[in-house]
Order: sequence, then C-alpha cells, then structure tokens
Amino acid sequence: MTAQPPDPATELGFRALAYRQRRFALVLTLAMIVLYFGFILLIAYNKPLLARKLTPGLSLGILLGAAVIVCSWLLTWVYVRWANTHYDSELDRHRG
Amino acid sequence: MQAPPVATRIGEPNPVAMGFFFLFIATTLAITWWAARRTRTTEHFYAAGRTVSPGQNGVALAGDYMSAASFLGIAGLVSTTGFDGLIYSTGWLVGWPVVLFLVAEPLRNLGKYTFADVVASRLRQTPVRVAAALGTLVTVAFYLIAQMVGAGSLVRLMFGFSYETAIVIVGIAMIAYVLFGGMIATTWVQIVKAVLLLCGAAILAGLVLLRFHWSPAALFAAAAERYGDAVLAPGRLVSKPLDAVSLGIALMFGTAGLPHILMRFYTVPDATAARKSVFYATGLIGAFYLMTFVLGFGAMVLVGPAAIKAVEPGGNMAAPLLAEFLGGTPFLGFIAAVAFATILAVVAGLTLSGAAALSHDLWVHVVRKDHATATEQLRVARVATVGLGVLGVLLGITFKGQNVAFMVGLAFAIAASANFPALVLSIFWRRYTTAGAVTSMVTGTVGALVLIYLSPTVQVDILKHPSAWFSLRNPALVTMPLSFLLGAAVSLAGRRPKEAAGFDQLERRVHLGSRPT
Repeated sequence: MTAQPPDPATELGFRALAYRQRRFALVLTLAMIVLYFGFILLIAYNKPLLARKLTPGLSLGILLGAAVIVCSWLLTWVYVRWANTHYDSELDRHRG
Repeated sequence: MQAPPVATRIGEPNPVAMGFFFLFIATTLAITWWAARRTRTTEHFYAAGRTVSPGQNGVALAGDYMSAASFLGIAGLVSTTGFDGLIYSTGWLVGWPVVLFLVAEPLRNLGKYTFADVVASRLRQTPVRVAAALGTLVTVAFYLIAQMVGAGSLVRLMFGFSYETAIVIVGIAMIAYVLFGGMIATTWVQIVKAVLLLCGAAILAGLVLLRFHWSPAALFAAAAERYGDAVLAPGRLVSKPLDAVSLGIALMFGTAGLPHILMRFYTVPDATAARKSVFYATGLIGAFYLMTFVLGFGAMVLVGPAAIKAVEPGGNMAAPLLAEFLGGTPFLGFIAAVAFATILAVVAGLTLSGAAALSHDLWVHVVRKDHATATEQLRVARVATVGLGVLGVLLGITFKGQNVAFMVGLAFAIAASANFPALVLSIFWRRYTTAGAVTSMVTGTVGALVLIYLSPTVQVDILKHPSAWFSLRNPALVTMPLSFLLGAAVSLAGRRPKEAAGFDQLERRVHLGSRPT
C-alpha cells in the first residue's frame, strides 16, 4: 500500500467529507448521551413525575424507558441512512 | 395476598430440557465440523475469512451480547422490583449507537483481528500491544468468570446435575467450537443462539400478552392492581444518582470496548457492512430488551415475586418459572436449554477474543516481532484457545458459590476505561502518542480494579466490612475520565512528531479503508 499524493482539490474535498462525517457522528453520540443520562437523572431527581400514569397501567417512566430503546435504534437508523446514501457515494469518488 | 408458591419442576432432571440441550450441542458441533474444514488460515480463524454478511453479523453481534445475565437477570429484577428492573433493560442497549457512531467503521478499516491493531497502527507496536492485551485479558477474564459461575448455578438449578459437571461441559463445548471451527463456528453458534433466544423470548412474551388482550398496558395495570402503583414507578434502585450515572457510563461506553464485540467487525467484508450490521444488531437487541418488560411484569403477575424468590433468592428463575406456568414442563425445558445455549455462545466469543490477544497481539507482534509464519500463528492461536478454555473452567470452579454478579459490571467498567479511551483517541486525535496510549490503558485497567476493590461492592457485600473507602459501586465515572485525561496529558507532555505525521495516512484509512493491493 503506497500513499499516493492526492491532488489538492481532491484532498480538500476529502478533508471536508471527513469533517462532516466526524461532526455528524459526534452530534449523534451527544444526542444519545443526553437521551440516556437525561432519563437516568430524571429517575434520580424527579421520581414523582415518572410515577405519573398516562393511562391505567402505563406510567410516564415505563413509556420513557421504552422510548429510550426505540430512540437509540432510530438514531442508528438516521446515521446508517445518511452514510449509505451520502457518505458512501462521496467516498467512492475519492477512491477514484 | 401473595400467590401461594407454585409447584415447580425446576431442579429436577427434565427430559425435554436435556433433549433440547443435546440437540443444540449436536447442531453446533456439526456446524463446528463443517467450519473446521474451512478454517485454514488465521484470517479464517479470527475473522471468518471476512465473508460474513451484514445481516448474519448483526444477528451474531446480538448473540454475542445478549447474555443469560440479561435474559434471566433482568426478567428476574423486573418481576421482583417492577420499574427499577427496566432501568437495566435500557442501559444495556444504549452502548450500541456509540459503537456505530465512533468505532465500528474505523475499526474495520484500520485493523486486522484485534482492537490493538487500531491503537498500534501508527504508534509503537510492543508497548501498545502489551497494554491492550492487558485490558483485553482482564475484561475477558471477569466476563468469563461471571458467565461460568452463572452457567454452573443455572445448570444445577435446571437440569439437576452438579455445578462442576456443568462447568466442564461448558468448557469442553466452547473449546471445541473455537479450537476447531474458529470464528466461522463461533459466528454460527452465535446466530443459532440468538435466533433461539429471540424466538424463546418472543413466544414467552406472546403467551403473556395473549392473556392481556395483547395490551402491555393491561399487563402493567394488573401488576399495579396486585402489587401497588409503586411497581410502575422508580423505587430505591437509583437512590444515589452518582451510582446510576457511573453504571450508565460503564454500560454506554463499555460496549464499545468489549473485545469480543469489537472483533466481530473484522468478519464482514468492509466498513459499510460493519455499519449495517450494528443497525441490525441494535434492532434485535432493542426488541429483546423491550420484550423483557413483558416477561418481567408477566412473571410478576402470573407467578408472583414471593414464589420466584422462594425458588432462587436472586429472582433469576423468573423467566423459566413463567415458561413453566404458561407452557408446562416441556416449555420450561425449552427455555432452560435456551438459557444454557446463551451462556455457551457468549463464552465461546470471549475465549476467541482472549486467544486473539494472546496469540496475535502478544506472541506474533511482541514476542516474534511479526516474524511468525502463518502455520505458527494458527498453532499458537489454538494453543491459546485451549489454555484460556482450561483457565475458564478452573476459574469457574474456583469461584463456585461466590457472588460474582459485580464482575460483569466490572468488565464493562474496564472496557469503558481502558479499551474505549485508547481506541477513540488513537482514531480521532493527532497528538496521541505511544506513552499516552499506554497510560490510558494501564490507568483504566488498574484504576478500575483498585477502585472496585475499595468500593462497597467488594468491601461491604463480599468482605462484610461496615463501610468502604470509595463510595461508588461501579468505578467508571472516575476511571474513564481519568484514563482520557492522563492519556492526553502524557501525550501533550512528550511530543512525537513522527507519530503525529502518521495521522494523515491513518485518517485516510479511517474513511477509505486500506486499498486492496
């Protein structure tokens, strides 16, 4: 594997793509952190709120717990969709 | 007002359980025999020839991750405490998005067989590999002990034969899978196990919901009617917020540092496949943990906490008891066999990742300085497998009857504090140096071990001392930031222009992969 010196325009494009991918991944990671630790801190500091029943049997706590699981999966879906459609095709251009 | 203890056949030899169990062993050994004929190189042995599809790897990742601890433990916790148990259901999933966003693709593009490949790619091989192997082996050892002891107790409870016999059976089967079939067999064992576990849990959840007009809310309402509204609300589990946050950090970032999970990303053809496989895995694991809501509350309403604790004080028999209540002894037998298969598959994955650290990182790169022939590499990997398998059996027997529940949390804490920071900083930070990486990994491993020893988990629960010097039950809240900070400080203190220069090349490979030449 040899490092072929890329021409400046391509190199600039690659840098921009790498930066965008990293920023997107980081934003999604932060979203995940806020989501989960927000849930944990609510449990720690506002138990009465989570105990509130929305319908007989369904407390806000249980709903939010399920929502954390569903949202985690949605976040992975958002990333995979972006990467499959945008990131991959741009990478292919840089692979030449 | 409590339901009278149910008559249960748990603990008696159960021919259905035996039947299913031996069917699983026979099937997986047949797979191993098939895989053995395809395992000719280290690439096959460690990475299944990189031909596993994203869908297959997604299921296998789920299989590697969903342990009996989560199936039996969470169902038990929910059935005896209600909502508090659900906190674990969510915690076990939230690490997966982090795996996807930060490590899966770079790992596939930079490494070969272990996560040390990535950390060492532009740093000095020997020190980095030694430190990474330390982090890997300690993580694997604690996870392995917890699984082994769980297997022994489970089998004694469910099949009626002795603890030691159970451990030896587990040991022989896992060594056979890994030794002969390598990653190809391990992958398929995970797939079979994941399908069994997901189907078992889905049938169980379906049978529960059938009694409540397919409405989870009706099930929760029945639980509240019988045991009070408190079961739907946060209770005493999160009485100390810092404890909950610390465990949360271990679970969230530890998943992205578990050697047996990371290793799975080398089995797919490219980074795109690695990415897709995490998406499938997250979906399957999320569905599984959502089902634990129903299983736990189902066991609470239909079996009752008192009856569950009467069979086993930890509540671990909630799911099997629920199965027995809903489907009689045959279904109990099926679920028992599924639980055992679950453990067997997890320990096989752990053994393979430990063997990779010993042979690929330590022997091939440190001892032989990358001069080992292909034949030698494969032979050493197999010797390491047998060694680790035997060690696992001995550790399992040594820790018989000990409270090892904390060891899974500890394994996650070490993975989050030693492996994860080194992996992330080496991928994302230009100034990271060899000394910094070694500092991160050693700080994380040693720090987590020392603090867990000083924590109430060991001092109060196990050694029965009145108090503990360190107040958190899981050390990750302290050790993960410490590992990041010390690693960064050491890197900044000693500049290594050559190592930093390698970063541009590394960054290209993070995104583009290494070109096939």
